[in-house]
Amino acid sequence: MEARNGRSAHGTGRTARGARHAVTESRVTLRVNDTEHRVELEHSATLLEVLREALGLTDSQKGCDDGRCGACTVLLDGRRVNSCLLLAVAQEGREIVTVEGLVAAAHAEDDRHPLRPAAEERDVLRCAYCAPEQHRPAAEAPTAGDSAQPSVVTEIDLPTDAPVRLTADEVRDRLSGHLCRCGAYPNRADTGLDVVV
Amino acid sequence: MKPVSYVNPRTLKEAAAAHGGRPEARYLGGGTNLVDLMKLGVERPDVLVDITRLSLDAIEEQADGSLRVGATARNSDLATHPAVKERYPMLAQALLSGASGQLRNMATTAGNLLQRTRCGYFQDLSRPCNKRVPGSGCGAIEGVNREHAVLGHSSHCVATHPSDLAVALAALDALVELVGPGGVRTVPLTEFYLLPQDRPDLETVMRPGELVTAVLLLAPPAGSVSRYRKARDRAGYTFALASVAAVVRLERGAVRHVTVAFGGLAHRPWRARRTEAALLGTSPTPETIERAVEAELADAVPLRHNAYKVELARGLAHEVLSTLTTRPGTP
Repeated sequence: MEARNGRSAHGTGRTARGARHAVTESRVTLRVNDTEHRVELEHSATLLEVLREALGLTDSQKGCDDGRCGACTVLLDGRRVNSCLLLAVAQEGREIVTVEGLVAAAHAEDDRHPLRPAAEERDVLRCAYCAPEQHRPAAEAPTAGDSAQPSVVTEIDLPTDAPVRLTADEVRDRLSGHLCRCGAYPNRADTGLDVVV
Repeated sequence: MKPVSYVNPRTLKEAAAAHGGRPEARYLGGGTNLVDLMKLGVERPDVLVDITRLSLDAIEEQADGSLRVGATARNSDLATHPAVKERYPMLAQALLSGASGQLRNMATTAGNLLQRTRCGYFQDLSRPCNKRVPGSGCGAIEGVNREHAVLGHSSHCVATHPSDLAVALAALDALVELVGPGGVRTVPLTEFYLLPQDRPDLETVMRPGELVTAVLLLAPPAGSVSRYRKARDRAGYTFALASVAAVVRLERGAVRHVTVAFGGLAHRPWRARRTEAALLGTSPTPETIERAVEAELADAVPLRHNAYKVELARGLAHEVLSTLTTRPGTP
C-alpha cells in the first residue's frame, strides 16, 4: 500500500469556527511492524486503540490507559513510548514497532531472544499482561533505541559518549515505567541482568 | 473522548491561523498531559493543532554562550544533550528524575512546562474544583491533601505544579520565548507562572494564541556548581513530594552567586529569594544554611496532611546547599 508523504490536511481546523463543519475523522497511513496500513480513524482514537481494534495487534495491552502502567509500550521511531497517550492520527509517517514486530523479527532470524531461556531459568512469572513490555527495557537495554541513554541512577559525570553501564539499579529504573501487579519484578530484573551482563 | 478536529501544520503561521487564539483550541505536543486530561473529560478542545512537525525541536548553542532549547525538544533528548550534561548537569538530573522512560521520550520541553498544575480533585469530574470549574469550591483544602501546597496557596486552590524541569529552570534563571499575535517576547521562568489567588484556572502569563517556541538558558556563572534533589514516595516514576534545585558559585569560600528553587511545594516552582539573600556574601556554615533555609520556609502554611513537606524541604535544601558549598569545583 502506498504511503502518503505525511503531509496531511485532515481536520481542517480552519472550519472549527463553524463546529457543524468540523472534521473529526481521517484516513491515514500508519506504518506498523514494517507494514503500511490505511486506517479510517477518529482523531480522538489513541494509537493503542487503533493497534488493538483496527489492526488486531493485541500484544499491546490496555492496562491503566493513562500512561502509568507501561503495558501499552511500543517503539515509535525506535524509542519506547506509551501508545495509550498518543493520538493515532498524529503518528502518520512514523515507524511503529509492537511486541508482535519484535517477535516476528526474532523468528525471521530463526533465533530465540536470549531473554527467553534466561526467563525460564529464573522461573519468571508471566501472565502476558505486563510481561511482553517488561521484557523490553530489561532485555533490550543495551541495543534498542533510547535504552543506551542514562537514567536518574546513572552517574551524572559519566563522559557523554560512554555507554551506560547496566547495573541492577539501572535495569530497575528502566523497569519503573512498567507496573506488574503480580510483583514479578525481582526475577525479571535479574533476568535482564543475566542477559546484559 | 469528545470528537475533535486535528491539523498538522508545517509553519508557525499556519499553526497560529488554525489555533486562532480560541479558548477551545489546543496546541498538541507530546500529549502526555493533554491527551490524558481529554480522556478524563477535564480538557474538551474542539481542535488540536499538532506542533510536532514545526521543526521547533532543535537544541542549539548560541554565540553568546547561551543554549536555545526548542519547544518540542523531547525531555530525553534534552537530558542527554552534551551541552546540558556538561554545563547544566542539574537540569539533566531533574529531567531524568521525572516520569518514566516512555514518557520522557514523548514529553516536550514546552509541554512539560505547560502541563497543568493539578491534583486528584482537578482530575475527578465528580469533585468540586475551582481550577476546573471556577467557583465550584475546592475538594482538597479539607480533603486528602498530603501531596498539596504549603507555600503560596489560597483558599481557592492548593494544587502543586508537578514538573521537575521547571524547578531546575527556575534556579537556572531560564527565559521562556513566546510567539503570539503581538509578536515575540521572552518572560523569565520565575515570572511565567501565576499563584492561584482567586483564579486558579489561570496558571501562566501566556496571552490567548501565544505559543511557547523555546526556552533560553543563559551560560552558567563561571565556576558555579549545581544540584537537583527530589524526594518522593518511591525511588522511581512519581511526582516530587518536595524537591530542591540550586546553583552556587563560591569565591574564596564566600558565596558570590546563589539561586535556590523548591518543587512540590507550591502552585509554581518556588524561588527561595530569602534563602538566597541570606547566603549571598557569607561563608556558609551548617548554622547559616539552616537559618537561610528557614528564612524561606517560615512562611509555609501546611494543610492537615502535609506538614511533613516543610521538614522534608528543609532537609533537602540543607543537604543540597551543604554539598554545593563545601565541595567547590564538583559538578
